[in-house]
Amino acid sequence: MRALVILAGNEIRDGLRNRWVAAIILLLAALALSLALLGSAPSGTVKATPMSITVASLASLTVYLLPLIALMLAFDALVGELERGTLLLLLTYPVARWQVVVGKFLGHSLILLAALLVGYGGAGLVLQFTGGADAESWTAYLVLMASSWLLGSAFIALGYLVSALVRERATAAGVSVALWLLFVVLYDLGLLGLLLADTQQRLSPDLVAALLLANPTDIYRIINLTGTEAVSLLAGMAEAGRMAGFQPVLLVALLLGWVAVPLGLTVVRFQRKEL
Amino acid sequence: MASKASIELDRVSKRYGAHEVLHEVSLAVGQAECVALLGHNGAGKTTLMKLLLGLTRPCGGQIHVNGTDPTHLLGKGLGADIGFLPENVMFHTAMSGREVLRFYARLKGVAVGTCDRLLAEVGLDEAARRRVSTYSKGMRQRLGLAQALLGTPHVLLLDEPTTGLDPVLRETFYRRVRQHQEEGGCALISSHALTEIEARSDRVAILRQGRLVAFGSLAELREKAGLLVRIRVVTGDGEASGVAERIGGGLHLDHINNQTLELSCLGGDKLDIVSRLAELRPAVRDVEIHAPGLGEVYAYYSAGDGPQ
Repeated sequence: MRALVILAGNEIRDGLRNRWVAAIILLLAALALSLALLGSAPSGTVKATPMSITVASLASLTVYLLPLIALMLAFDALVGELERGTLLLLLTYPVARWQVVVGKFLGHSLILLAALLVGYGGAGLVLQFTGGADAESWTAYLVLMASSWLLGSAFIALGYLVSALVRERATAAGVSVALWLLFVVLYDLGLLGLLLADTQQRLSPDLVAALLLANPTDIYRIINLTGTEAVSLLAGMAEAGRMAGFQPVLLVALLLGWVAVPLGLTVVRFQRKEL
Repeated sequence: MASKASIELDRVSKRYGAHEVLHEVSLAVGQAECVALLGHNGAGKTTLMKLLLGLTRPCGGQIHVNGTDPTHLLGKGLGADIGFLPENVMFHTAMSGREVLRFYARLKGVAVGTCDRLLAEVGLDEAARRRVSTYSKGMRQRLGLAQALLGTPHVLLLDEPTTGLDPVLRETFYRRVRQHQEEGGCALISSHALTEIEARSDRVAILRQGRLVAFGSLAELREKAGLLVRIRVVTGDGEASGVAERIGGGLHLDHINNQTLELSCLGGDKLDIVSRLAELRPAVRDVEIHAPGLGEVYAYYSAGDGPQ
C-alpha cells in the first residue's frame, strides 16, 4: 500500500510539474463553462433546467474528448519510461511490478478526477449560482462527473495496456489514436451500418444491446443520456432508454470492468516482460 | 577471495532468440571485495547486471545475490540491500534532485533525512533544489550514485559509474566505494576506464562475446597471460654491455646502448633479476620496473586470439 501511495504521489507531482494537470483542468473547465453558459439557451422552451441541457451536451462532447485526454496521459506510462531509462532504475527497487502499474494508474486516475472536480464541478457551481440547477439535474450532473471519471479511467487502463504491449513510444501513440478512433467513432458507425443493412431484422435486440455494452463509450452514453427523464428527452434518447431498460448497476459494473480488465492484462503482460 | 560470496554466478547463460549473450559465466564477488567487470560494448556486461538484478531470467545456471536467487524476484521487486547505478542513469526531469532522491528513499524504506547528507557527499547540495532537467551529465551521474548508496546496501552494482565525472569527483567516488568495502560491502563495477579501475579493484573479470575469458587479480592474469615485465637498467658510462653479460639467464634483452639496458622477464622472475642487478652495483646505478597494466592485460584477453 505504501509503495502505491508513493508511486501515485510521484505521478501526480510529475503531472503538476509538467503542467499536464493544469492543461486538463483548463480544457475541461472551458468546455463545461462554455456549454453551461452558452449552450443552455433553449431551456425556456423545453421546461428543462440549464443544468439538464448542459448534462446532455457535455456528455456528448465528453465522450469524444475525455478518452483522448486519458490515452494521451497513459500511452507512454510504461514504454515511455522504458525508453527514457527511468523504469529500469525503478524496477531495481523493492517494489513489485503490479505496484508500479497500479500506483501509476492511481496517480493518473486521480489527476483526471481532480480535473473533473475542478473543471466540471466549477461549471456546476456557476450554474447553481445563476439559478440553472435543481435537485434532479444535480443528480444527473454528479452522475455525469462520476461516470466521466470511470470512462477516463477505462481509457487510461487501455492506454496502459498499449504501453505494456508495444516496444516503442511512437507505436504506442499510434495504437492509442487508433483505439480512440475505433471506440469513439468507428464502432458506432459500424453498428449503425449493421443495423441499416439488417433490413430483415435478423439481429435480435439482445445482440444489439450486447454490442452496445461492449464499448465503454456507449455504456457512458447510455448512463448519461438515458439516466434521467429530462436529460433523455433532451438527448432524444428517452424511448431508446426505456426500451433497452439497462440496470444502472449493470452499466456501472461494466464500466468498472473496462477499467479492471485492461489494467489486469497490463499487470500480467508487464509482470512477464524481460528488460 | 573472501570466504562468503555476496554475488555468485554458476555457469550462467542467457540467450535472446538465437543470439547467445552470455555463455556459462561463473564468477563470485566476496564480502568487502571490489571486482571490475570489463569487456567491449556488447560483451554482455549490462545483461549480467540485469540478471543479478532480477530484471531478466537466465537460460541456464544459478545466480545468488546476498544468498537470494534474483530469478525468483522477477516482477516482485528486489530486496533493499542492493544499490544499482545504471549506465546513462535517467530521472524524472521535472523534479528537483532532492525530490528524486527522497522518492527513491521512500521506496526503499530509508529515512528521507539521510538524503541531504548523501547529496552533500556527492557534491550536489547546492543544486539539490534545482530541476534535474537543468543538470549536466556529470550531475545526473552524481545523483545516480547518491541513489545507489541509499540505505547503505550490502551489494553495489555500478554500470560505468564514473562516466561524466571530473577527476576530483572520480576520486571521491572511489573513496566512497573503498569505505563501502571497509564496512563489509562488495561492489561489481562495469567500466571502460581501465587506468582508474586498475588500482581500485581487487579482481578483474573480462567478458568477450558473452564468455568469461579471465577472472582473477591483475597479477594472476598478467602471469597467466605470460605478459612480460619490462626492466630498464641505467649503468655507468660504457658499462651496459658488461652488465648484460654478467646478469645471467631468465630474461630477454630488448635494447641496449652505452648507458641503458632494457630487459623483459616473466613476473615470477622479476625479484630474482632485481636482486641480481643489485649485486652488480656500482656498475648498475638505477632500475625502473614497468609491469604490464590492466590495459595490456585487457588487450590480451579481449583480443580475438586470446584464450577461450
